[in-house]
Amino acid sequence: MNKLRLIIKREYLARIRNRSFIVMTFMSPMLFIVMLALILWLIQFNATNSDTKVWILDESAQFEEVLSAQTLSNVELINQLTLDEALAEVAEKEVMGLLYIPKADSVEQSAEGAVMYSKSSFSIQMITPFELAIKSKLEEERLKNLGIDQVQFDEVTRSYSLKNQNYQGELNLKGINEIKAFMGGAFGYLLMMFIIIYGGLVMRSVIEEKSSRIIEVIVSSVKPIELMIGKIVGTTLAGLTQFMIWIGIAFVLFVLLFIGLGLGLDGLFEREQLTLGNDNEAFLQFSQQLEGYIQAVLQFPWESMAFFFMLFFILGYLIYSSLYAAIGAAVDQETDTQQFMFPIVLPLIFAMYIGFISVFDAPHGDIAVFFSIFPFTAPIVMLMRLPFGIGANLVEVWQLILSLILSFTTFLGILWLSAKIYSVGILMHGQKPSLKKIFRWIKS
Amino acid sequence: MKPALLQIDNLTKTYQGFKALDDFSVQIPQASIYGLLGPNGAGKTTLIRILNQIIYADNGTILFNGHPLNAEDVSQIGYLPEERGLYRNMKIGEQLVYLATLKGMSVEQAKAQLSFWFEKFQIQSWIDKKVSGLSKGMAQKVQFISTVLHRPKLLILDEPFSGFDPVNAEVIKNEIIELKNNGTTVILSTHRMESVQELCDRICLIHQSKKILEGEVYDLQQQAKDRVYHIRLQINENRPSLEKFISSCEAIFDVNFTGENKVDLKLNYADQDADAILKDLLSTSSLLHLEDQIPSVQELFVRNIKKHGN
Repeated sequence: MNKLRLIIKREYLARIRNRSFIVMTFMSPMLFIVMLALILWLIQFNATNSDTKVWILDESAQFEEVLSAQTLSNVELINQLTLDEALAEVAEKEVMGLLYIPKADSVEQSAEGAVMYSKSSFSIQMITPFELAIKSKLEEERLKNLGIDQVQFDEVTRSYSLKNQNYQGELNLKGINEIKAFMGGAFGYLLMMFIIIYGGLVMRSVIEEKSSRIIEVIVSSVKPIELMIGKIVGTTLAGLTQFMIWIGIAFVLFVLLFIGLGLGLDGLFEREQLTLGNDNEAFLQFSQQLEGYIQAVLQFPWESMAFFFMLFFILGYLIYSSLYAAIGAAVDQETDTQQFMFPIVLPLIFAMYIGFISVFDAPHGDIAVFFSIFPFTAPIVMLMRLPFGIGANLVEVWQLILSLILSFTTFLGILWLSAKIYSVGILMHGQKPSLKKIFRWIKS
Repeated sequence: MKPALLQIDNLTKTYQGFKALDDFSVQIPQASIYGLLGPNGAGKTTLIRILNQIIYADNGTILFNGHPLNAEDVSQIGYLPEERGLYRNMKIGEQLVYLATLKGMSVEQAKAQLSFWFEKFQIQSWIDKKVSGLSKGMAQKVQFISTVLHRPKLLILDEPFSGFDPVNAEVIKNEIIELKNNGTTVILSTHRMESVQELCDRICLIHQSKKILEGEVYDLQQQAKDRVYHIRLQINENRPSLEKFISSCEAIFDVNFTGENKVDLKLNYADQDADAILKDLLSTSSLLHLEDQIPSVQELFVRNIKKHGN
């Protein structure tokens, strides 16, 4: 046990003192934040850029109100020009387009004759606000013609939504399943990334000892399995340290970014409000719904989820990192590892796809249940199912226990197998590894 | 013979049908330097790895200091493998302390030993350097220290002089002798026969997984010599009677008269009374040169390997 502690300590220190590890730890969140800031800035830039400006030439003078700068961003009324003048000028200026509404006998005819001139075709996202604006004017006009009051009309077209309750009579929030699936997917993805990054680190650390030939000295002091476990645990702790630092830095930087640069959420909501067509009622409903979602997310069984998340995360990582260690032992150089990488990454990718296909549609269907118990996909698929809750008709307790037992048994099996490959492989030099040879090592 | 630190009996190890060690038995006495010789692929590395418990024998027993060799004993063994290696990006001092603590030493003890050896080799300035900044010879020195730092009872050195210049090889040689004089048992595996001749008390020659020769170096050489004196005489008087005696004596052969009354001859004393024959010869002549041809370890090696077939 004492030796294991020494190995873990050395591996941990060797990892976190590594220059590229330090650079990665502090640079990655910076890069991520810079990227995010760039995206936000580009959105804002896009919104104010003259490139997206639209000139409006409304000869009918009927639509000025709905097309004013108060309701649509980035428009300019240019009623003093004729169409030909405006078209000549718009081509020279850096303007996205020109909306022309002709003078006609009725509002209806004016709308019919309206044209959006542009150099290239407009995206749906760009043109929709104009359509909605014109449509709202038309609606108003049609109601007036029919002699219907706006209030009456609103009453007639009031929206309806079906309530969804579970059998216990509790209200279900629509769309919450999508949120749960998204969270599960994020957890699964996190585990996959963790396995690929830090499993690879375990592998490189084994290869390093092998190629520097210190391995023979080390195994004359400790058992190969002790060394392997020490490597996996030490590297994992280094990985967790990096993750913690990332989360910490990301949190601090996000706070600084939103406070300091003023790229606030308010701006985003404003834009959201505009796309909803300036309908205050709809916005109110939207924000109420949002609050409902936040409430529902906060009501998740966080404690038990965190517990099982940790358990499956650790098991999944251990299964795969011991495979990575075995590969490291089987080869002389990192370039030889390529042929073995695919068989490892394949079940991970497979698990992600299975998760996205089956868990999103039917989180507790037969396929999802099967692959959340099958050991090689269990950690990822189970992580995706867990946010839907634990209990009858959800992730049932027997499934959890069976999955844990199978995963743990598989881990022990893989560990035994990897230890065999490891203890033979670490002393083999100058041989091109093949699956056949590795199979022989396992048998010996 | 001194009491044995290691008693190895009937060791057998097979790799996928290939016998790497076949019914191998030796005793290695305490506080001695024991030479492990043999052509490449004879089974030396297999034996060394079994002693280090890196691999395990299929059959046979090993007694270490009187008890069956077990996992605890690795703390008493220092191993310098032929393929040298250290962590390239770890500070030398830290690395040596780590290796010593893996052998069961406390950090304080390891640090004390570290400063002892670094002072001895005059390399205190290396402590905070990384191995990647050292030359090959310097790294070899560090590796040697890593082998002896935890004060092992048994030192297993595989080609310890490779990579050293003659001056440093001498330094290491003297350290090995000093360690032996202080009670350490050393197993020396090398192809440098002059080192074996110089250092080893006993040797064992392994060939095709079997022990083919074992014993004290002096005894083996005495047993292996062809028991022929190479003699040169100055004839003083009565040359005809000497010539007659030489031609009548069966033990004398390869006679060659040279120059002014000089004669080279060989005297086989394997089953003759060499003293009497010499007395007769010297009654009429005086001795210029007498040499008893003792085979070098090199010759012992080559001769025995040839005898057992390549």
